[in-house]
Amino acid sequence: MAAPSPQMLTANRLSDGGVLYWKAGAWVEALDEGEIFADAPPAEAALAAAQGFVARNLVVNPYLFDVRIADGAVHPVKEREIIRAAGPSVLWTQKPEPGSRISEEIEYEI
Amino acid sequence: MYRYDEFDARFVAERVEQFRGQVARRLSGELTEDQFKPLRLMNGLYLQLHAYMLRVAVPYGTLSARQLRMLARIARKYDRGYGHFTTRQNIQFNWPRLVDVPDILAELATVEMHAIQTSGNCIRNVTADHFAGAAADEIEDPRPIAEIIRQWSSLHPEFSFLPRKFKIAVSGSPHDRAALRFHDMAVQIVRNDAGETGYRVLLGGGMGRTPYVGYVVGEFVAKPDILAFLEAAMRVYNEQGRRDNLYKARIKILANALGPEEMRRQVMAEFEEIRRSGTLEIPAAELARIDAYFAPPEFETLPDTMPEASAAFAGWAKTNVSRHRAPGYAIATISLKPIGGVPGDATADQMDAVADLMDAHGIAEIRVSHEQNLVLPHVRKRDLPAIHARLGEIGLDTPNAGLVTDIIACPGLDYCDLANARSIPIAQKISRRFADLGRQHDIGELKIKISVCINACGHHHAGHIGILGVDKKGVEYYQLQLGGSGAEDASIGEILGPAFDKDEIAGAVERVIGAYLDLRAPGERFLDTYRRVGIVPFKNVAYREQLHAAY
Repeated sequence: MAAPSPQMLTANRLSDGGVLYWKAGAWVEALDEGEIFADAPPAEAALAAAQGFVARNLVVNPYLFDVRIADGAVHPVKEREIIRAAGPSVLWTQKPEPGSRISEEIEYEI
Repeated sequence: MYRYDEFDARFVAERVEQFRGQVARRLSGELTEDQFKPLRLMNGLYLQLHAYMLRVAVPYGTLSARQLRMLARIARKYDRGYGHFTTRQNIQFNWPRLVDVPDILAELATVEMHAIQTSGNCIRNVTADHFAGAAADEIEDPRPIAEIIRQWSSLHPEFSFLPRKFKIAVSGSPHDRAALRFHDMAVQIVRNDAGETGYRVLLGGGMGRTPYVGYVVGEFVAKPDILAFLEAAMRVYNEQGRRDNLYKARIKILANALGPEEMRRQVMAEFEEIRRSGTLEIPAAELARIDAYFAPPEFETLPDTMPEASAAFAGWAKTNVSRHRAPGYAIATISLKPIGGVPGDATADQMDAVADLMDAHGIAEIRVSHEQNLVLPHVRKRDLPAIHARLGEIGLDTPNAGLVTDIIACPGLDYCDLANARSIPIAQKISRRFADLGRQHDIGELKIKISVCINACGHHHAGHIGILGVDKKGVEYYQLQLGGSGAEDASIGEILGPAFDKDEIAGAVERVIGAYLDLRAPGERFLDTYRRVGIVPFKNVAYREQLHAAY
């Protein structure tokens, strides 16, 4: 049986829906700054702790997702999480909007 | 255009303040997310992949220049400078902050707009033929009855918690530009042998996981009786719709289970019951009052000749200009499908510029089409070259209405929380492959429609070529379907075979179109050729060396 994938914990910020990643009891906006859980027990513990942020009306819908580590960088396994981390893979026209989370490392062409 | 009366204005204003209070209570923690979610959905507010998404209703797809400017203002002030026009003739903003949404709704209310019933298990925004009131083949403008249905269905106490969402479309023409047969219910204006106009009511159509083409449940409903008839059909559905199974809850499942004959019998029984009570007959004076809002503009007497201009204008006019009912006038489609662009997106600057164009040429209203384009319904033919030139300056002169690059695509995994794969990049890739205009004209009418989840927002079942994105272990794949149609010859596309990966799908589409060019008889559209020769010749070329996998 293959070893389970490492996981990360994500949620949306309540006030604006922004994507957040768990890092040592707090939240950050960049995927590559988030905490990676190699094993299930700490991942589940973080998910349980995230419920406290839900209860305090700071985030909604926290959940764990699979990642892989390649070339020293973290990559979500599923396309959905890649796009969620990077922002839409298509930007309106040729003009990136201010505040877009598209980063050079994750941007790609289909 | 319909204008709010005092009741409408007060109702919408109260609803804004009610939602402002609900948002405040959510942010303070008085409401949990589980409690708040149905409330925000009733106001068109979703939480998507990256942010909230606000879906604003555009009733029967009609907007004034003032309303279009407001949409531009909201895009600029509260969002990221653009909006997305949808296959339900609505507009979606992809980046609003929850804390701003009450203010957005308050601003919308100042131009008689809202986001009510753009989500939830209720009767959604009523859609209409985007050529309504202008089409040469039209019997009557269908928007008065659309407005009456809108008023009747807004917060209807009996139909606010249906088994599932419910979508109604209306048309006044024999040529179906509103995909009537793919709606939960549809109302088509028809004329009987005595020369009277009335309503044909269709029911049970739908896309999604289990697509069905709707059938006629009322062949000729007299005008005063239409609400009673619709209410009767809604009651049959509300009572017997499958509330036990989300995937079987739409009326199409009930309609298919009962069959046309039994459905008609039950609807007629309810209809007679309602008629006996006499409560739902529309007074002639009220019909006339609503009709007056949609009176056509006073058309000038003009020569019915198309002005001569540049070759670029002639190319645009060939595809994007349609025949109008009044001599000297035309209908102009503004394509929101630039080559390689995002289908249905428009920037705030473009919306403002189009509103200015409307004012400059005395065009009071604009339409959003279910094909994700904009339509200027009443344009003097002599004004067309100037309009085309201005559209060119703002990047909206793509001459491709109805051609292979006029692709419908849902927002897909780039935005949507329900999506299984991306749709926009596939549309862009296909669009770029067929960028050559001569090639597009050679191919002729061809409707490509892309969805990436079973909700089928991109109408893939009704595409001449339909594409459905699926997720296989986290990787995007795309199924091809051929032979669908959303027009009066409605049909559901047939799945070609195994799905293609994201790098193969555009090539497969190109090979299928190549097969059509080889096989077509003179005058045949893609759909005609497909219906004549069947799926096999297309399958043979689509899979090339992987053909064995297709069988």
